[in-house]
Amino acid sequence: MSANLNVSVILPELILVGFAMLVMILDMVGTDERPTGRTLLPWLALVGVAVAGLVCIQQYSQPAASFQGGAVSDHFALGLRLIILVATGLGILLSASYIPRINKQVGEYYALLLLCAAGMTMMGAATDLMVVFVALEILSLALYILCGLNRESPRSSEASMKYFLLGAFSSAFFVYGAALIYGAAGSTQYDEIAKALAGGNSNLALLYPGIALLLVGFGFKVSLVPFHMWTPDVYQGAPTPVTAFMSVGTKAAAFAAFIRVLVIALPAQQPSWGWALAIMAILTMTLGNLAALRQSSLKRMLAYSSIAHAGYVLVGIVAGTSEGADAALFYLFTYAFMNIGAFAVVIMLEKANEGDALQNRAAGIGQRWPWLALAMAIFMFSLSGVPPLAGFFGKLFVFKAAVDGGWAWLAVIGMLNSAIGAYYYLRVTVSMYFEKPGAETLSQRSTWSALSIGLAVAAIFTVLIGILPGMWTALFTGGLTGLGG
Amino acid sequence: MVPLSWYLVLAAFVFSCGLYGALVRRNAIAVLMGIELMLNGVNINLVAFWRYGDIIDKATQQVVRLDGQIFALFVIAVAAAEAAVGLALIISIYRNRKTVSLDQMDLLKG
Amino acid sequence: MATSYLPLLVLLIVATGFGGIALGLPMLLGPSRANKQKLEPYESGIIPFADARRRFPVKYYLVAMLFILFDIEVIFLYPWAAVMRQLRDNYSMLFAIVPVGFFLLILILGLIYEWRKGALDWE
Repeated sequence: MSANLNVSVILPELILVGFAMLVMILDMVGTDERPTGRTLLPWLALVGVAVAGLVCIQQYSQPAASFQGGAVSDHFALGLRLIILVATGLGILLSASYIPRINKQVGEYYALLLLCAAGMTMMGAATDLMVVFVALEILSLALYILCGLNRESPRSSEASMKYFLLGAFSSAFFVYGAALIYGAAGSTQYDEIAKALAGGNSNLALLYPGIALLLVGFGFKVSLVPFHMWTPDVYQGAPTPVTAFMSVGTKAAAFAAFIRVLVIALPAQQPSWGWALAIMAILTMTLGNLAALRQSSLKRMLAYSSIAHAGYVLVGIVAGTSEGADAALFYLFTYAFMNIGAFAVVIMLEKANEGDALQNRAAGIGQRWPWLALAMAIFMFSLSGVPPLAGFFGKLFVFKAAVDGGWAWLAVIGMLNSAIGAYYYLRVTVSMYFEKPGAETLSQRSTWSALSIGLAVAAIFTVLIGILPGMWTALFTGGLTGLGG
Repeated sequence: MVPLSWYLVLAAFVFSCGLYGALVRRNAIAVLMGIELMLNGVNINLVAFWRYGDIIDKATQQVVRLDGQIFALFVIAVAAAEAAVGLALIISIYRNRKTVSLDQMDLLKG
Repeated sequence: MATSYLPLLVLLIVATGFGGIALGLPMLLGPSRANKQKLEPYESGIIPFADARRRFPVKYYLVAMLFILFDIEVIFLYPWAAVMRQLRDNYSMLFAIVPVGFFLLILILGLIYEWRKGALDWE
């Protein structure tokens, strides 16, 4: 028996957890009357994210597996970590002045944010159903609390209640599916599952219900139709920085874990899950886009748009190729910048203590706040997939992977859907530039430095990835090396 | 020995009871109890699969694999954490709204 | 296979029989003199002063929640206790102790945090 305990494989997670504890310790130093050092907490959290990011970049040269095949740090896991760390970093910048207004317990917020990020990054590294389950719960439990952070607001607590009940419900499905697959294959480790299933000595009566239940569990987390009902309510009710963070982070993490299960553990069953995913992808894209057309609240519109984007990502996965896995991850990378950027603009547009902004808040801001309008226009164009912005290349690679995998018709439906989606994104842009400022239009803007930095970073990267896509795709290629035990 | 399928049927029954409770009850605490029951059904499955699986090393006659049991332990711990977070959220929403009935949570829709 | 359940059946019969006899014989043989004291819930205890199904402060829930969390974390020590000796013999004492030490350290940090934040204060 050899102990394969290469702790460096989960070093980024350990760093995030370590910094979460540092945040808690620093938070304990002060009291509510004398909050010594609490203004430092966001920056401490940001340092933690940066350190974890540096470790990730340094690890790109040496993929490794550890914990008896429980976790790997291949390029796929590292790519996901980068996405999550980007989302966390931007999320912290967005929160720095927002959170103290709604909840005095700032320390808890950043500690939970970092722990949640650790759970998310672990989702990509996990190669064992048990580890995925624990990672999923770490991120979900932290998010339930983060959604209800604004305790004075009935909407915030309602959002967290709904998210909690449906989230817990879906993890029960997930773990039932995991248990059935364990029963069918005799192991929870991906490579052993694949080996057992290839050998043909598995119980199919357990395996297929197991895969189906796993699909339901993941479908809830990434909000695929028909498991999307919670998404608009939760996204609207949660504090906006939390919405921004979770819309990208949860999706990326759950998709990464999903892809790894399907491609590494269940490749032989692709003909059956491929079809299920294709149907869900069509439903998800279409329903998400159609529902987004009817929204007057910006946060709700972005929530439905995020459902549609989950559908696009799914198009890349259907074929079950490693190219599709890379494309999906790259899509999520571009999505991190443009979606969090769009939510940053929503925070700017929000009235104090309202927690949401209607679309007419943006009418005519093109004249009043040209930079803000420009940033929003960049995010909207990128989300609708206009070249040469980041979102275009995300869609391009995903659809290309589908075509290469023999699912050309699905890619066509995806492109048609992008056209529907363009309508509601461009409507916002048009109203910013071509409408007169109305009574509801944003009239005074506070100068929130951290938020402005976050907004600028997101906008710059959205453009930069669009102009130089080759520089970034290198980080997301050849990801799934299949490093087993 | 009792055949494995009996345990699976029991687990499916417990899971379904929980599912029924979670779907039908309108009280948040009752829904939470339903979810806990679902997780316990899964635990029966996990331990049964472990017991009937290939766990004994032929040479040394020792139990070499514990994955099903460990999985069940994690599920128990997660269920407890979920219960704690859930009760905290229920208390917080009760302070806001003076009700824990899911029918009255209708601020967010559209 | 069915014979292995025979002891269970015997136990069942003995248990119900013993209970039946213990309840039935006094009913048949003993005199029956009803009085008020016999109807009290505790024959020799504190006299109940209110209905048990009343509202109680929400603080109990808080303490109960914290208790559940720390109570359940202990289950992770069981598998560790089961293999601890093997770990010590195959590797080293350090390898057997340090990881679980980290685990407990995190738990203690959580306890200190809730203490400092006043979650344990009753008032």
